[in-house]
Amino acid sequence: MQIYLPIAEMSVNLFILLGMGSVVGFLSGMFGVGGGFLMTPFLIFMGVPAAVAVGTEANQIVAASLAGVMAHWRRGNVDFKMGGVMVVGGLAGSALGAWLFRELREQGQIDLVISVSFVVFLGLIGSLMLWESARVVLLSGSAAKRRKARRHYWVHGLPFKMRFHKSGLYISSLLPLGMGFLVGILASIMGVGGGFFLIPAMIYVLGMPTSVVVGTSLFQILFVTANVTVLHSVNNQTVDVLLALILLSGAVIGARFGTAVGAKLKGEHLRGLLALLVLGMAARMAARLLMTPQDMFTVSPLVGG
Amino acid sequence: MNMLRALAFSFLFALAMPFSAALAQPVVADLSSHKVAITSSFTGEDIVLFGVREGSGDVIVVVRGPPQTRVVRQKERIAGIWVNRDEMAFSNVPGYYALAATRPLEEIADADFLAENQIGPDSLQFQIMGEGDPAAFEAFRAALIRSHQQDGLYAVGAGPVGYVGGTLFRTEFYLPAGAPVGTYSAVVYLLRDGEVVGFDTTPLFVTKAGLGRAVYDYAHDQPAAYGFLAVLLALIAGWASSMVYRRA
Repeated sequence: MQIYLPIAEMSVNLFILLGMGSVVGFLSGMFGVGGGFLMTPFLIFMGVPAAVAVGTEANQIVAASLAGVMAHWRRGNVDFKMGGVMVVGGLAGSALGAWLFRELREQGQIDLVISVSFVVFLGLIGSLMLWESARVVLLSGSAAKRRKARRHYWVHGLPFKMRFHKSGLYISSLLPLGMGFLVGILASIMGVGGGFFLIPAMIYVLGMPTSVVVGTSLFQILFVTANVTVLHSVNNQTVDVLLALILLSGAVIGARFGTAVGAKLKGEHLRGLLALLVLGMAARMAARLLMTPQDMFTVSPLVGG
Repeated sequence: MNMLRALAFSFLFALAMPFSAALAQPVVADLSSHKVAITSSFTGEDIVLFGVREGSGDVIVVVRGPPQTRVVRQKERIAGIWVNRDEMAFSNVPGYYALAATRPLEEIADADFLAENQIGPDSLQFQIMGEGDPAAFEAFRAALIRSHQQDGLYAVGAGPVGYVGGTLFRTEFYLPAGAPVGTYSAVVYLLRDGEVVGFDTTPLFVTKAGLGRAVYDYAHDQPAAYGFLAVLLALIAGWASSMVYRRA
């Protein structure tokens, strides 16, 4: 059944969209990741204009992260103070990102920047995860014990220290502020929540306890993606509510099964699988940039003046 | 659908016959529908144009969509990556263009007439906006036409004009799912020995309709409110899915 997407201005098969939503939902349920970094490239591969893919995906993540935050909140796993500081940085970062997005779109370079960002981030994260899981699998046993979180001692010299009771930390507020800012930029330009960057940063740079990391990062992502949705609506009119709701419906169903399957698989195997998937996406994205295009010319509507 | 078309034809035929000897215009044309609604289930639509001509002669049908502005960019390889470099912006680009004729154009009319009336892809007159390198103009222009053809927006020589009986003619053209909204015009020329003896113009209105239209209009007319609404919808959806999970 074909459905016409009003903002993307294209007709696509409803079941393909639902299927894609549920596959990404399944993967995010299985691996415990947000899914934006999978869904946005999927949409682009399908032929959805990159700008619409980013704006719409931000909108979808709002829903997914709220559901996540509520689950973690019930278990008391959200550091609201830390999250709040990161939100402040995130709002500023996403505003800068949205401005950059508009400028790049007028210059005709937004597709390139989105693709390059995905290649870099997917490639980096995929390689790190693959290396990590390979290490664990190969050195299984005592040697594979997680290294102690490395503390960067220079971070303790930074000013504007704040006490974060929930995380049991007394650190400079500039750190969560800056991390939130960076993730805000990524969210605006790539249509991702940025958990893949935030979570390791919160563990290794801030030294937060792992129990509160996911809930707190989702809390920040909720506000930042909401901001990105509004900014992209205002600046670019590229948020397709219909597309977001269809993807979301698929994701809700998929996540349910993904969580069940994920519970049966070993952590390091899961991470290895996800790493391969992420690297595959990066390679696919890179191929689009490197292969000689069929037509050297592209046509797009005139944006701005 | 075919029944309807047949009915429309016989109706037109009945109307045309008594008057055909004394048509106010040498050629009269009409469309199977003047309104195309792009709804959520829109996947494209065939439009039938039919008409009556007085006496003999050839018929050319040109359907034009609303004028748009488009940027054409040329990719260049920089450090192994294909990057958009040179660009040229055009205005007055028809968002849709379909052409049909009873015989090959060059047999019907001379080049001046075709150029003057922008009939045929080679005669489309796009305007360059801002500065543009005249040497590169042709390549960019051709790329623009090629892109529209690939999207099914420029259907050139797609359907021939056929005769139904002596004075009736008909042709079909296809509006793809990506057809732009706006006011289209279908112009029918009647030519005899290379001279235009008459023409008729009939409009076609393409609009978005239903939910899709509401979404599109709201997004463009009230972008900030639309953004907040999008967030609100997502919050409701997220909350609802979270409730479903907790229950299960």
